[in-house]
Amino acid sequence: MAEDLLTVSNLVVEYGTGKDVFRAVDDVSFSVPRGGTLAIVGESGCGKSTIAKALVRLLTPTSGVIDLDGTDLARLSEKQLRPIRHRVQMVFQDPYGSLDPHLTAQEIVAEPIRVRGEKSRRAQRDKAAALIERVGLPRTALERKPPEFSGGQRQRIGIARALASGPELLVCDEATSALDVSVQAQVLELLADIQAETGLTYLFISHNLGVVRAISQDTVVMRAGRIVESGRTDDLLSRPQEEYTQRLRRSALEPGLMTGIKPRHLIRHIAASRTAETEKAS
Amino acid sequence: MRVLEVTDLQVELLTGTSVVRAVDGVSFHIDQGETVTIIGESGSGKSTTAMAILRLLPDDLAVISGEARIGGQDVTGSRKVIDKLRGRAVALIPQDPMTALNPIRTIGRQMTEAVRIKYPDLGRAEAKARALSLMEQVHIRNPTKQFDAYPHQLSGGMLQRVLIAMAVSTDADLIVADEPTSALDVTVQAGILDLLLELQEQTGIALLLITHDLGVARLMSDRVHVMKAGAFVEGGPVTDVVDHPQHPYTQKLLGAIPELGPWEDPGAREPLVKEASHG
Repeated sequence: MAEDLLTVSNLVVEYGTGKDVFRAVDDVSFSVPRGGTLAIVGESGCGKSTIAKALVRLLTPTSGVIDLDGTDLARLSEKQLRPIRHRVQMVFQDPYGSLDPHLTAQEIVAEPIRVRGEKSRRAQRDKAAALIERVGLPRTALERKPPEFSGGQRQRIGIARALASGPELLVCDEATSALDVSVQAQVLELLADIQAETGLTYLFISHNLGVVRAISQDTVVMRAGRIVESGRTDDLLSRPQEEYTQRLRRSALEPGLMTGIKPRHLIRHIAASRTAETEKAS
Repeated sequence: MRVLEVTDLQVELLTGTSVVRAVDGVSFHIDQGETVTIIGESGSGKSTTAMAILRLLPDDLAVISGEARIGGQDVTGSRKVIDKLRGRAVALIPQDPMTALNPIRTIGRQMTEAVRIKYPDLGRAEAKARALSLMEQVHIRNPTKQFDAYPHQLSGGMLQRVLIAMAVSTDADLIVADEPTSALDVTVQAGILDLLLELQEQTGIALLLITHDLGVARLMSDRVHVMKAGAFVEGGPVTDVVDHPQHPYTQKLLGAIPELGPWEDPGAREPLVKEASHG
């Protein structure tokens, strides 16, 4: 096993102040090997997106350590973070809300290149063009603005923008959940290709177990701010130990596995396994 | 009994400079107690089909032709026809429960309003009693408390139950459910789908289900139609279409779903397997 690029230890994130505190992430620890992919799965409100935001320091953790190759990101000030922010980049969930509609794809992708010190306009342009082509869009796309692109194409631009900073760790927060299944398959393939080529490390956040199986070697299952189970993805999905993971597994509706099963019976089975507790938590 | 009969439905959307034929001649029908599903990806025209049948598309932006008969009455002509049917013979369960309700009115007030569309003569107390019994029917815990709650105080799954209760309150013959579980977590989704099946068993209501999720379609439907670029590419009993797809597009859709692989469900009991063998 390769050495770990990212090691998160005892991470706690609380929202609110004074008496009204909500602990969104509660003592979470995990690590991601360099060049590998770790998935975090869980349902809405489990804290998975809060972890993503803490990793790129869009928020400051209450306590805990975020060790990126020897540097603790959790404690750094904004000023100290600035020179290393490019090392952890994020691909956002909503391809419609995460790109400035007034900028061209060229401006969106070239900005991080410029920020990292590339002064020559021509070099900025060439690098942006190379990235746009790398994510499978034609060079002519550079002149166009986000509203002219489909959701899948926008997500490709979002990936190009993240890559433009030259990151070591890419945090993908539900990066494919707003996409149609056929487009989702293409974006997952693109991410896998980029990883094979560059050895980039991914932290992949999703609620979709099938997507997680397609992209990650290791998986962490979260619920209500805590890790309930973790391990190799294949083991976790074929032999889930925790009741909650089993329930998630059972709830995933897979048309391929339903052949010969009376659907109405199956849904009764799934629904019956849902405890009153989930209902309340939803 | 034929609840819905759609013949050669076409919808053209006017987009300023051009005209897009979003629905290009689709025909299908739904009988009492049946669930028919339209599956497709974004932009395939599946929601536009549903919205056209309900006449929820603005007249100056959408031109509808062909025929759509709800309980024998063609709704594609004068709006007067659908205005009499909507909330009475046909009801909608919308996609996003978080935005479908008015945030500044209580659940109870919105429920009783829906109840009174069909039964305008009900008194205040009667309407409330009916709303409460409907909330019980859709398994909302502690309905008297939730009656006075505001939408933001309920979870997405609970809000979707309220919206289903509102749809059911109309005693409609047909419910159109547009991606009813897409905004919900998977474990909550199972509960909502179970509820829809239960209500259908109780009332014999017909269901037009719109979804992009083949798993949901496989579970819920009697028949499915696969839609692409405004037209149906394949249709038939769900067990034929999903288990043995003929059209390349359906095959591609199924192939794109990331698989979870086999597992031994520790919670599975005997009946599931038994039913499977002759299902």
